[in-house]
Amino acid sequence: MASAQNIPALPVLSDPLLRLVRFLRMLRDNGYVVGAAEAHDAARFLDGDEMLSADELRQGLRSLLCTTTADWRRFDEMFDAFWLRRGLKRVATVSGSGPQGLRRLPGSGPATKPSVLAAAVERSAADGGEQAGPAGTRQRGASAAESLEKADLRQISDPEELARVHELTARLAARMRSRLSRRERERRKGRRIDLRKTIHRNIAHGGTPIELFRRQRRDKPLRIVVLLDVSGSMNHYSLFFLRFILGVLDNFRQAEAFVFHTRLVHISEALKERNAEKALERMTLISQGWSGGTKIGESLDAFNRLHAQRVLNSRSVVMVVSDGYDTGSSDKLGESLIKLRRRCKRIVWLNPMIGWSGYEPVAGGMAAALPHIDLFAPAHNLESLAALEPYLAKL
Amino acid sequence: MKEERKDILRRFGETGYVADPQLAMAVLMMQRLQRPLLLEGDAGVGKTEVGKGLARVLDTRLIRLQCYEGLDANAAIYEWNYQRQLLAIKIWEQEEISASEKEQHIFQEDFLLRRPLLEAISQETPPVLLIDEIDRADEEFEAFLLEVLSDFQISIPELGTIEAKSVPYVVLTSNGTRELSDALRRRCLYHYVDYPDEGKEIRILQARMPGIDLRLAGQVVRFVQSIRKEDIDKKPGIAETLDWAAALVGLEIADLREDPEAVYDSLLCLLKTDHDRRAVSPEITERIVGKVA
Repeated sequence: MASAQNIPALPVLSDPLLRLVRFLRMLRDNGYVVGAAEAHDAARFLDGDEMLSADELRQGLRSLLCTTTADWRRFDEMFDAFWLRRGLKRVATVSGSGPQGLRRLPGSGPATKPSVLAAAVERSAADGGEQAGPAGTRQRGASAAESLEKADLRQISDPEELARVHELTARLAARMRSRLSRRERERRKGRRIDLRKTIHRNIAHGGTPIELFRRQRRDKPLRIVVLLDVSGSMNHYSLFFLRFILGVLDNFRQAEAFVFHTRLVHISEALKERNAEKALERMTLISQGWSGGTKIGESLDAFNRLHAQRVLNSRSVVMVVSDGYDTGSSDKLGESLIKLRRRCKRIVWLNPMIGWSGYEPVAGGMAAALPHIDLFAPAHNLESLAALEPYLAKL
Repeated sequence: MKEERKDILRRFGETGYVADPQLAMAVLMMQRLQRPLLLEGDAGVGKTEVGKGLARVLDTRLIRLQCYEGLDANAAIYEWNYQRQLLAIKIWEQEEISASEKEQHIFQEDFLLRRPLLEAISQETPPVLLIDEIDRADEEFEAFLLEVLSDFQISIPELGTIEAKSVPYVVLTSNGTRELSDALRRRCLYHYVDYPDEGKEIRILQARMPGIDLRLAGQVVRFVQSIRKEDIDKKPGIAETLDWAAALVGLEIADLREDPEAVYDSLLCLLKTDHDRRAVSPEITERIVGKVA
């Protein structure tokens, strides 16, 4: 739709530089990372003393403009479409959609503005506005109250039980943390002597190393990222895990939490809200669409695209809490897990269904996910969560 | 440009590396734009060989930095030679030199151990700097490397800033075990190294084992190419092909159909896990041999 406007009209231009600029713009619209520096180098390449053959142009631009394997594989298609005008239609449908569409440089995406505008125009044009908005917004009025009520129902029936759950969860999270930090302290004793510092500081003693300085290994604390499935099939467990997340957020120095159903929502900030009323208000806003369908693959994909770079480092553990019942495509789930894997240290998948006797991880999503996760564990009660502790402490 | 590329291709050929035109173009662009070249591809497709071959093509030194988890600036740039420093201090013990003078003396270039990055930028003629398996180093090192690769200068607190005497040709390789930062990717030219096709792999085999019988070479390569299509964990790389061919020549097998048993046994050169070994049974081996011979 909107992105189609950015495909150049392809008039025959005499000025090769102008055509190059249009080609770069098309690549950018298709998710290639092409900044001013690349444009400059491409122009330098094109502006050499001699005429370039088509092959030389293709190979040179490919080296310069591709940054990933995916870019590399698609480059021929892009190149043919633009310079040789082959397969134009397919490219037009590729543009702007898919995971690549969002990977653009800040401020360099001409497609973002028109698409927002276009969406707004479309919304005002369509009288109901139902087709335009995402699935969740349609039920705005009713669902907010309804879903929270539904989620509370089972747990609230026994307030004592509820308090016990909360207390135990918090203690568990605290214990995980103390394990981790003790390990850190042991490292701080420093096994190796820091020769540089020792010599530097002992010159005054004629070089005889009297004071020893040890090397302290800096240890990044383990970061926990929880992705909680709050779709309909997880109804009975959502609140329980939400409390677990609260405990994690309170007790770990570095933790982030997200919930997902058909889309992904970042909830760390809302949960950290000290004012209970405000917190509830924020959660109510967030909870639209809870207890509906699940698109695990797409939610994970959204996480990869929008949050992973900021939230994850090589000492991160991603904890996905879900029963694996997925209405989205399971191929997508596999793909996004592969991507996620590269960015974090471990992926732990907690599945409340494992606790049920006779459960086999055959749900389409679960089967696709299994090869890519490091630990697949039950999480139907507190004991099963406590069993995770040694695993996390070892990381 | 055509001539230069042909020249690069020819010289790659002379050094025993079979390059394709795309790689020649990447090398040419490296020279012109002075950008690093990032090579990605599966393990065993010969990424490191590109760096080594490039050094031979450009007839220059190869400086290699192997990355690993926990690689830090000390191991990559420079380190002081502590033993010599201590010795020097001991030697001057009797002499009337003030502590600050001693300090000044022992922090001179003589006491500096050059690690690959510093070594690479202090060469008169630009060397090839091969930064191998950058994905194994942590993000901090990657960020640091990015800085060195854009400024080509290194600052040593005790000595000051050292400017590059020449800009080295930098080749980075990655196996994709970790996502590299967008910034590093953007800094680099990119080349994806795929498994070679049949014709190219035969040429590689001939370049490395000049004496090999052409028919055997063809069979070996076609066999390996079909093994790569089987459902196995670790696809055999080019090094494995070469190993296997050498093994077959050593066993005096001139035709894969001659001795199925020996061929099957020699597959340990190609298949390196238990699962793969079982996935390619004697029957499957025979079937593939029948197809490729």
